[in-house]
Amino acid sequence: MATSVSIRDLSLNFGAVKVLEKLNIEVEQGEFIVLLGPSGCGKSTLLNCIAGLLDVSDGQIFISGKNVTWDEPKDRGIGMVFQSYALYPQMTVERNLSFGLRVARMPSAEVDARVKRASEILQIEPLLKRRPVELAGGQRQRVAIGRALVRDVDVFLFDEPLSNLDAKLRSDLRVEIKRLHQRLKNTMIYVTHDQVEAMTLADRIAIMRDGVIQQLADPHTIYNKPDNLFVAGFIGSPSMNFVKGTLKGSDFTVAGSTLSLAGYGFKAPASGEAILGIRPEHIAIHDDARKMPIALETEIEIVEPMGADTVAWGKIGGQQVSLRTSADVTIKPGDRVLMGFDPARGSVFDAASGQRL
Amino acid sequence: MTTMTMGAGDPRGPKPKRMTASRIGVYAFLIISALFFLTPLWVMLVTSFKTMDEVRQGFLFNWPANFTFDPWIKAWDTACTGRYCDGLKPGFWNSVKITLLSVPVSIVVAMINGYALSFWRYKGSELLFSVLVFGAFVPYQVVIYPLIIGMSKVGLFATLPGIVIVHTIFGMPILTLLYRNYFAALPSELFKAGRVDGAGFWGIFFRIMLPMSVPVSIVAVILQTTGIWNDFLFGLVFAGRENMPMTVQLNNIVQTTTGIREYNVNMAATILTAAVPLVVYFVSGKWFVRGIAAGAVKG
Ligand SMILES: Nc1ncnc2c1ncn2[C@@H]1O[C@H](COP(=O)(O)OP(=O)(O)OP(=O)(O)O)[C@@H](O)[C@H]1O
Ligand SMILES: [Mg+2]
Repeated sequence: MATSVSIRDLSLNFGAVKVLEKLNIEVEQGEFIVLLGPSGCGKSTLLNCIAGLLDVSDGQIFISGKNVTWDEPKDRGIGMVFQSYALYPQMTVERNLSFGLRVARMPSAEVDARVKRASEILQIEPLLKRRPVELAGGQRQRVAIGRALVRDVDVFLFDEPLSNLDAKLRSDLRVEIKRLHQRLKNTMIYVTHDQVEAMTLADRIAIMRDGVIQQLADPHTIYNKPDNLFVAGFIGSPSMNFVKGTLKGSDFTVAGSTLSLAGYGFKAPASGEAILGIRPEHIAIHDDARKMPIALETEIEIVEPMGADTVAWGKIGGQQVSLRTSADVTIKPGDRVLMGFDPARGSVFDAASGQRL
Repeated sequence: MTTMTMGAGDPRGPKPKRMTASRIGVYAFLIISALFFLTPLWVMLVTSFKTMDEVRQGFLFNWPANFTFDPWIKAWDTACTGRYCDGLKPGFWNSVKITLLSVPVSIVVAMINGYALSFWRYKGSELLFSVLVFGAFVPYQVVIYPLIIGMSKVGLFATLPGIVIVHTIFGMPILTLLYRNYFAALPSELFKAGRVDGAGFWGIFFRIMLPMSVPVSIVAVILQTTGIWNDFLFGLVFAGRENMPMTVQLNNIVQTTTGIREYNVNMAATILTAAVPLVVYFVSGKWFVRGIAAGAVKG
C-alpha cells in the first residue's frame, strides 16, 4: 500500500518551548490514524503542522508522495474539521460548504454537484438554507465535516470533532464517521483524548506524551501489549493494575511471596525492580481462578456494580488491585476469594525506565 | 408527612416591589443629577429663542415671551466672523466633508491593522501593537508641531486630504485597539478554516472577518463621527481657511469682538454645532450598547 502522509523528523518550537521533537509517522493510504494523548501533549500542534497552519521548525511533511513542507494549506490536499466547528457564522450552510470551492473559482455547476453529494452523504440537505446559529451542535459538526468533504481531498484531519457534543450525539456521530471512512476510504488523522473514540475508530493509534509518540500500533496491541507504563496506564478504564516487585529470571517477588511469570514472553532476560501490569478483566475469581497459572487469596474491600459488570477491589502483596467480573457473580465486601490470572496476558515493565520487558 | 397549608403570607409568584429608603435616595440622586446637567441646556435653548431685548432683561430660566427663530437663522446664515458674514453654514459643510472622508478612511485603516495584528502575527507584531497603543497616550500638543512641518513638506498642510490624514493618524491607536481586541476574541479556528479553504489575507478579511465585524464597526463609526465632528484643535491647525470645520467657525462667531455680544445667536450656533453628535448619540445609543456588548458574539 502507498504511503499517504509521511512525517519525517518533525520539530516544532514556540520560542524556547519545544512542543514536537523529531517526530516520525508514516500513514498508509486509506488508514484511520488516531492521535491520542493528554491535554497539552501537542496533538493539535501536530495536526496544524500537517495542515500547514503552523510553520515547522525542522523536518519534512509529505502528502501523497509530494513534499508539502512549504505549501499553503489549500495546496496540500487536506480537509480539516475543528473542535469548535468554525463555521462561517454569516453564511448559510450551503455557502459554508461551497466557500472553499468558490475561493478556488470552480465552475458553479461543479460546485453545486459537490455540495449536493456532500449534503446527501451527511444527510444535511434540509439544512442547506440555514445559518449556523440555527443548527444544533450535531448538525453543525456535520456541516463542518461536509466542508472538508466537498473539497474532495485525500487526507482528512479531525481535531477533537466530537468533544463539544453530549454523550449520545458523540456515539452517534462516531459511528457515522466510521461509516464515512468505510465509504470514502480516505486517509484520516483524528485527534482525540477520548480513548473509546480512539479504540473504536482507529486502524492504528498513536499515543502521544509531551510531543513524543509513545507507541504507534493497532488498538489491540496498544491495549494488550503496551510498550511502556504511560501507555498502559493511559488506556483502559478502570486502568491497568500495577504491582511493584522484584524480578529475578521469571520469578516476580512481591512482599515476600513469589509469583512465577513463566508464561510471559520476555523480550530479553531481565532482573531487578519491576512492575507487573494486569488488566482488571484478566483477573478471574472463584472457580475460574483455580485454572489460572497464578492464583492467590485476597479479601475484597470494595464492590462497584457497573450494570454490565462489577468491579471489585482486593490486594496483591498489600497493593490495591481492581478486578472486573460478570455482574452475575455474587461478591461482597469482606469476602475472601481466590483470584487468579495468566501472566501471558499481563505486562511487565522495568521500574526505572517504564519500558516493557 | 404533614400536609402544608398555604397561608396568606407564603411567598408565591412575583416578588412585590417595595419602596425602601435607599431606593428613594437613589432616585433622588438621579433626578438631582439629571437636573444639574439639564439646566445649562435649558438656558441655552430658551435663550436661543429670545430676542436680544428679552435676553438683556435677565430672567435666565424663563420661557421666551416673544418666541423667535431669528437667532437661529442668523446663526446659520448671516452671523459674522471677522470680514465674512455667511453664518455657520460653510463650516457645517466643511465638517460634513471632513467627517464623511475621515470616518471611513480611519476605520478601514484601523480594521486592517487590527485584523493583521490578531491573525497574521509575525516577529515584532506585538511590539508594533504596543507602540501603537502607546500612541493613544501621547498628548496631541507634543506632535502637532512636527506634524505641521511634515505636512508642509509634502504639500498637504491646510488641505482637505491633510486634515483627513491627521484624523486617521490620531484615530488609529484607539480604533486599532478596538478592532484587534474584537478580532482576537473570535475563535482562531475560524481563521484556520478560512486558510484551509484557500482564502488568503484579503479573502479572509473581506469574506469572513468584515461581515463579522458589524457590531464593532458601529461602535467605531459612532466614536469617530462624534470625535471628528467635535474636534477643534486639528481643524484649527491643519484644515486651513478653506476647510475650517464648524467648531472653529463657531468659536470665531462667538469670539467676534466687534459690536454687541448676541447671546441668543451664540446659543443657537452652539446648539446647531452640537446637534450632529447629539443626534448620532440618540439614534445610535441602542446599537452602541449592543456593539459594545457584542464582544461576546457567538457563531
Ligand atoms: N501559540 C502557542 N504559543 C506557545 N505555546 C503554544 C502555542 N500553542 C500551543 N502551545 C503549547 O504547545 C503545547 C501543545 O499544545 P496543543 O494545543 O498541541 O495540545 P493538545 O495536545 O492539542 O491539547 P488539547 O487536548 O488540550 O487540545 C501546549 O503545552 C501549549 O501550551
Ligand atoms: Mg488540541
